[in-house]
Amino acid sequence: MNVTYNDFVIRFANVNGSGSASANGMFAKALFRMGVPVAARNIFPSNIQGLPTWFEVRVNEQGYLGRREGVDIMVAMNAETYAEDVAALKPGGYLFYDNSKPLAASLRRNDIREIGMPIATLLLTEFTDLKQRALFKNIVYLGALSALLNIEFDVITGMVAKQYKGKDDLIRPNIHALELGRRYALDYLDSPIEHQVRRTDANGEGIFIDGNTAAALGALYGGATVCAWYPITPSTSMAEAFERYANRLRVERKTERRKFAVIQAEDELSAIGMVIGAAWNGARAFTATSGPGVSLMSEFLGLAYFAEIPAVLFDVQRAGPSTGMPTRTQQSDVLGAAYASHGDTRHVLLFPSTPKECFDFAADALDLADRLQTPVIVMSDLDLGMNDSVSEPLAWDDARRYDRGKVLDAAALDGIERFGRYLDVDGDGIGYRTLPGTHPSKGAFFTRGTSRDEFAVYTENPDAYQRNMERLQRKWATAATLVPQAEIQSDGRKAGILYYGTSAAPMQEALDLLREDGVRLDRIRVRGFPFGAEVYEFIDRHAMVFVVDQNRDGQMRTLLSNEGDLNPAKLISLRYYAGLSVSADEIHRQVLDHYRAQKLPRLKEVGA
Amino acid sequence: MTFVAKPRARHPLLPLNELNLTRRDYEGAVSTLCAGCGHDSVSAAIVQACAELSLPPHRFAKLSGIGCSSKTPSYFLDKSHGFNSVHGRMPSVATGANLANRALYCIGVSGDGDSASIGLGQFAHIVRRRINMLYIVDNNGTYGLTKGQFSATNDRGSTSKRGVPNLYEPIDLASMALQIGASFVGRSFSGDKRQLAPLIKAGLMHPGMAFLDVISPCVAFNNHNGSTKSFQYVREHSGKLMEADYIPQSAEINADYEPGSAEDLLMPDGSTLRLRKVDANYDVHDRIGALAHVQRCQDEGEVLTGLLYVDPDAADCHDILETVETPLNALTEEDLCPGSRELARLNDSFR
Repeated sequence: MNVTYNDFVIRFANVNGSGSASANGMFAKALFRMGVPVAARNIFPSNIQGLPTWFEVRVNEQGYLGRREGVDIMVAMNAETYAEDVAALKPGGYLFYDNSKPLAASLRRNDIREIGMPIATLLLTEFTDLKQRALFKNIVYLGALSALLNIEFDVITGMVAKQYKGKDDLIRPNIHALELGRRYALDYLDSPIEHQVRRTDANGEGIFIDGNTAAALGALYGGATVCAWYPITPSTSMAEAFERYANRLRVERKTERRKFAVIQAEDELSAIGMVIGAAWNGARAFTATSGPGVSLMSEFLGLAYFAEIPAVLFDVQRAGPSTGMPTRTQQSDVLGAAYASHGDTRHVLLFPSTPKECFDFAADALDLADRLQTPVIVMSDLDLGMNDSVSEPLAWDDARRYDRGKVLDAAALDGIERFGRYLDVDGDGIGYRTLPGTHPSKGAFFTRGTSRDEFAVYTENPDAYQRNMERLQRKWATAATLVPQAEIQSDGRKAGILYYGTSAAPMQEALDLLREDGVRLDRIRVRGFPFGAEVYEFIDRHAMVFVVDQNRDGQMRTLLSNEGDLNPAKLISLRYYAGLSVSADEIHRQVLDHYRAQKLPRLKEVGA
Repeated sequence: MTFVAKPRARHPLLPLNELNLTRRDYEGAVSTLCAGCGHDSVSAAIVQACAELSLPPHRFAKLSGIGCSSKTPSYFLDKSHGFNSVHGRMPSVATGANLANRALYCIGVSGDGDSASIGLGQFAHIVRRRINMLYIVDNNGTYGLTKGQFSATNDRGSTSKRGVPNLYEPIDLASMALQIGASFVGRSFSGDKRQLAPLIKAGLMHPGMAFLDVISPCVAFNNHNGSTKSFQYVREHSGKLMEADYIPQSAEINADYEPGSAEDLLMPDGSTLRLRKVDANYDVHDRIGALAHVQRCQDEGEVLTGLLYVDPDAADCHDILETVETPLNALTEEDLCPGSRELARLNDSFR
């Protein structure tokens, strides 16, 4: 046997609404607890019950946790998708299926290995309750997998005990079902198989968390007190996590009253309106949404840009346009978010790549919005937001103070002869603002989306309008110095690769694959918009820069060439937008294709 | 006109309120609306109400959408911040503003286009969320700024300036407010300041969602014969239901009314709202009865004005959400941030 450890892709094919998600989640968590790096990807339908759903787990001790093409082990629990599930297996892969009913001859492949287990038949004699029979199907295969892959059994049973703590009547049958599966696999199947798990400590201090939960905690730590939102996949879980944790961590002990307000709005227009109203009145506020929501919020975003009101949005992107594929991932709102609304508007964007960064950027976005008095949009996506992966632990410096930006209190107003809301006192394009109710006679002004002069007085004077628009440009230049800088790894190569968000997950693996083919690339991970000087310098230094976009139109490439007045020919677009997260193989292939098509030299060839 | 500064001189005989302020201290910029516009009377009534209540003129949040009505927050309470937001979206901005600082008096001014057409959804939802504010609709049945198109509150059969009749049913915002949770609903007429100013006072002091539909004729586009929102029509067809007098805590309360003809409601701040009934049989606490009565009058072409409904003990959104007394915008890092030790525990929960 050619045994490999901690390096495989396993995919569970289930019917949604059948309780598989919790069993599959336990599988991934068990591996994480054994110290093995894992990333889970839930590939689910926009449906409540009855449609096919897949759960893919990448296991890799080197920490390659991006999606990888090809499946090593398929847990095929949905007869409807047998054909495509069997086809997805790599040669030599394992097909684990319920052989209570025989597999159709047409599905047989002679280059894969079948592991049949009569799960339904086993359950028939062990459980009388129909619901339990259906539910424990998942638990039984989890038990069997523990034997087949050599997963420490007490890690799994420990998880069941924790999950159903205090509900012994649930723990007992669950453990029984686990043992049933494990026993059968040990007694009747060739356990373990070639892909095995073994304990390691590769996860260190890491945590296993999804980006939306991390972002919710970031907003909580960052001092958000108002959350207004409208349910939309894949952002919903962020608002719900915020409320859940706030109910635990933000309650006044004496009175049991809440130090936050969450409103589920009637639509996204209202959600962003509430955020803007709250922020205008001095509370830190945010909303979580996805592409269709950003479209609806666009008018308000223009108002907030022009009236200069802080607002924080989380855009957990999904596949568009229109309703698109609401449960699949994409990075297709980049341009829409950057330029949302009518008139000359530009919005600050942050691009997190990991759950830790979702946490950090959530808190940073609240500071930045207050500092810049403008909307800040955190551009997450479904892959990052809804899936668990190994992340650095979340960290908070207790000495950190919230940056509330330039807000004048009553004492400061007393020291000023005449308050001018839109005066550029400091030359950074950012005026001083006041909050309603601050001072009996000074500092009040009228906020409006129409043009006004430096003292917030309505005007249609051409010069005043233009002065204001130019000041907003100065503010934009200030923003470029405040957003998180790009991460650069440069070895003086001629070509580079630029990426952002979840394209970071497969990048190390892709670059390692390319290195084997004689292609070495410097890399830059963009983390904020407006782009800092370091982004343009990187592009300037390189003869050619690949730009990775998870959208059809190469939106980041367009944004770069537009904002930096760059020659687009220098920016080679790598695009993947089929709704799954981009894989290392895909990046590898597209870069190589370009080298081949352009007949560019590679190191091996040069050396040979 | 906008560019003419209002003289700051104060008439020596203007009465002072409890804060030693005169009515002038509650005014705003000079109105740019048409001469004779009903909306200016509403603004004046707001000024009068706030001055007479001796409320600090800087402790208001004034919110509006887009349209003639939405310009008016510039024309009153210039010591307070105002926000002229997006067409039809004042309610969401007001909701956010009120969530952020519950200690401010919140006044929203909207129009019939703003609230009954483009913003009908937001209107309905702010009412059902019971935001503690005074929500005034300056209702003129027409789109003034775009020169006289019908709005959704325009009565069927009422004609445009050119004589074309409106073909569609009107939306009655007061009825909607009654139906979906406003705890204070009134209707008034911009031409009747004696009724309007006390209603504004009572609405401002009401500890919940107070809605006032104020018929406020558009002198430029909807004040002709054939319009049911003209000064003349409203004067001729107005039926008064109930007058409200706001009596501050400090004032002496005299029972100077016939038994059964009035009712005193004690307000949470210790003041009194005296309701003087025109119809002794009308029960101002009966929401369903109020709804039926309003609809009946509407069918008969009568514009019913006065306080239609009040529930003095209703909860507001902060009660529903159980938020702290301290305004959310005044909470500090110590109140808000759970700290690194808690985060270490949270990290453990993800292992």
